Amino acid sequence: MEQHDHSSSPHDAPHTVSYVTYLLIWLALVMLTGLTVALAGVDLGRWIIITALTIASIKTMLVLEVFMHLKFEDKTFRLFVLVACVTFAIFITLTFFDYAFA
Amino acid sequence: MSSHAAEAAPHGHTHRDDVGSKMGMWLFLFTELILFGGMFIVYAVYRYMHQAEFHLAATELDRLVGTVNTIVLLTSSLTVAMSITAIQEGKKSLAMFLVGMTLVLALAFLVNKYFEWDHKFTVGLYPGSPELVNKPQGVVLYFGLYYVMTGLHALHVIIGMVVLAVMMGFIRTGTIHKGSYVRLEAGALYWHLVDIIWIFLFPLFYLLH
Repeated sequence: MEQHDHSSSPHDAPHTVSYVTYLLIWLALVMLTGLTVALAGVDLGRWIIITALTIASIKTMLVLEVFMHLKFEDKTFRLFVLVACVTFAIFITLTFFDYAFA
Repeated sequence: MSSHAAEAAPHGHTHRDDVGSKMGMWLFLFTELILFGGMFIVYAVYRYMHQAEFHLAATELDRLVGTVNTIVLLTSSLTVAMSITAIQEGKKSLAMFLVGMTLVLALAFLVNKYFEWDHKFTVGLYPGSPELVNKPQGVVLYFGLYYVMTGLHALHVIIGMVVLAVMMGFIRTGTIHKGSYVRLEAGALYWHLVDIIWIFLFPLFYLLH
């Protein structure tokens, strides 16, 4: 990283993401949208929800990492997001345990 | 490189903590995750209980409209992300143009949504309609969730538009500039969250059949 004179605050140097990088990510997002629409026409049975959610998660990762700059921020941000996602995953798991065994 | 520090310095003792500001914004976004997350759990449980009826109900939605709106929203995320690069490079008019483009795309999304809802209302598919109450319970639940979740999402789109319009004004007046643009970053973060929610709403409601 760029740590010149003020070693205490490396975040003062903003990370500039190029327009081309953004465009490429956008292109990937559009292609993944096309893929998920195309797969919806295929009879995948119970896999349909799994593939749809997997593609949606990949798209979310791209938005989080690049558009929302998670990749270039302090590691604490990543930890925050992880904790939030794990909390939400626990909610889902507990709810489904309730319904699966009720 | 370190334009943040360099340009803040001449103003003297203005203490700014951009990382702290962004962290606050992220924390707020987590509350949004729980708000929508709760609804996604309700959706998941009802879908689990009424699988066939959810699939049947989903055939009423227009996949093409949903796909177009997805691409519109993804593109609006692109333009708002690019506006940050523009402001970092000190290109004020380009930044304003890009935020403006985001607003135009957001409006396009809402117009699409309006026609979509309008069509549903015309064919009698709205909460409590005589047409809908006679349908199986799973279909009623599907449309209840459809209206609440896409409605709450549309409300977020409107709030996001207001926030970004204010940011555009800040860029114009110079409140947001090359050396200080954390407000624009926070506004953009909110906008990307709105995009992410749609990324999940789209396959769950439109691509079931």
